[in-house]
Amino acid sequence: METLEKDLSRDDQFQARIDADVRIEPKDWMPDAYRKTLIRQISQHAHSEIVGMLPEGNWITRAPSLKRKAILLAKVQDEAGHGLYLYSAAETLGASRDQMLADLHSGKAKYSSIFNYPTLSWADMGCVGWLVDGAAILNQVPLCRTSYGPYARAMVRVCKEESFHQRQGFEIMQTLAAGAPAQREMAQEALNRWWWPTLMMFGPKDSESPNTEQSMKWRIKRFTNDELRQKFVDMMVPQAEFLGLTVPDEKAQWNEARQAYDFGEVDWDEFWSVVKGNGLCNHDRLQARVQAHEEGAWVREAALAHAAKRAAREAAAVAV
Amino acid sequence: MDHPADLQPAPAAIAHAPTVRQQLFEFVLQLADTSLVLGHRLSEWCGHGPVLEQDLAMANIALDLLGETRSLYQYAAQLEGQGRTEDDLAYLRPATAYRNPLLVEQPNGDFAHTVVRQFLFDNYHYHLLLALKEGPDAPLAGIAEKSVKEAAYHLKWSSEWIIRLGDGTAESRQRLDKALATLWRYAAELTTPTATETALQGLGLVPDYADLLPAMQAHAAHVLAEATVPAPQVVPFAQRGGKGGQHSEHLGYLLAELQYMQRAYPGLTW
Repeated sequence: METLEKDLSRDDQFQARIDADVRIEPKDWMPDAYRKTLIRQISQHAHSEIVGMLPEGNWITRAPSLKRKAILLAKVQDEAGHGLYLYSAAETLGASRDQMLADLHSGKAKYSSIFNYPTLSWADMGCVGWLVDGAAILNQVPLCRTSYGPYARAMVRVCKEESFHQRQGFEIMQTLAAGAPAQREMAQEALNRWWWPTLMMFGPKDSESPNTEQSMKWRIKRFTNDELRQKFVDMMVPQAEFLGLTVPDEKAQWNEARQAYDFGEVDWDEFWSVVKGNGLCNHDRLQARVQAHEEGAWVREAALAHAAKRAAREAAAVAV
Repeated sequence: MDHPADLQPAPAAIAHAPTVRQQLFEFVLQLADTSLVLGHRLSEWCGHGPVLEQDLAMANIALDLLGETRSLYQYAAQLEGQGRTEDDLAYLRPATAYRNPLLVEQPNGDFAHTVVRQFLFDNYHYHLLLALKEGPDAPLAGIAEKSVKEAAYHLKWSSEWIIRLGDGTAESRQRLDKALATLWRYAAELTTPTATETALQGLGLVPDYADLLPAMQAHAAHVLAEATVPAPQVVPFAQRGGKGGQHSEHLGYLLAELQYMQRAYPGLTW
């Protein structure tokens, strides 16, 4: 009974710190459920960065100019860097990178479903930057103020780079939209394919998002899925118009009374199907990660073996 | 932040006689092709590296090489004076016009092959740039001055990996030995001058490769000793030809991919 009361008061104190916007740090006490939720969220985010390298990596060797090639390669490299900070942030909660990777490879851990869609033309590099990174930024900017310190600090850096990527993606779209008919067609075709999947990036409808309430209370999450989706549509429809492109949704119309865009219903069957592993690229993306990990095993073992030999030699030299 | 798109404009080229200018154009083009092809190969690893940190390291080296490529093509275009751009030079020349040595177009293979290819190249590249940055041609010296700092890091990276793989596990050693046996035959071409290089060496515009060899050999011997790898007993027949436009079968496929967009949609701006 005594422990329970003590725990209750610890829970209350914890919530009071959250409510006062005091950052939680790795050595602070935290409820198990808070720790688990964060590990799940941060590792999913890290996996998304790493898996997300694949659809864009698909165009590095075919980028249409040296400048575009350099920008794209730097961008994909930034994503690897984001993966590293995020795995480190999750490690501060007691998760190990090996275990997180094992969970990704076994299919236990998820990553953002958007990366299970294929990148089929150069314009996809524009859409991934403009729309996918645009949606990611809306999801992630509030995380710069999230309650867990190491996550919030990692996100400040991630968001700075993401907004840079988003501008680069928009600029690719702008160049295509202002280009030859073949380029404009390429841009519109890519927008047609990416529009709905990016709306899905905000997750299920609020009414079907069971974790939202607790995450909002812990200030791990600061806006609901539907709030962010609306914000995204309000931002992107005018940008598409500016580009001279059309979003593939006849219902996307300005609603004067709501001071917001109305838009059509996301195909939730497709959303859940891709989440469950049935997207065109789910199998290939995961296979690519597993293969890289398995084929890299001997390299990681060699590095460890060499470090151990070196340490042993140094110790022997000191002993003499 | 140092952004890859923001390259410094090259300093104005010094006045060379037309033949020398042509030779210098060919040499700069050779260096640019070399960095482009190797950077392209390294970028094929992106997202597939053996561990995240090495994925980052290889992308970083690829980016450095691509940055150097762009400066070199821009300078080459300026020397040529025909109004071609860096992209024209990279995307619109056939494989037979490419002047990179055979080593850099060899496929990635396993990580040991990539590391050995990189080590053989870095050891040459670093020492070449060290000499070029002291050379009389200001634009080329400027590019070398910037790139040599990066090349020093590349050489450190590949040397450390040769040591780790050689003095790691039995498997890493076996893979390293195999990669050395495969790729060693392409090393000599790097420091075997073409007629153009010989002419430029005569004018002091390109360093005499015989002068680079002692430092290169000393570094290689040191690294191989640390890796506990004996120097190859039988040196395989030295393959060469790339610097003269005679390539292996691999380059055609690499360029088919690299040049795809420019070939499929000629004359557009991206």
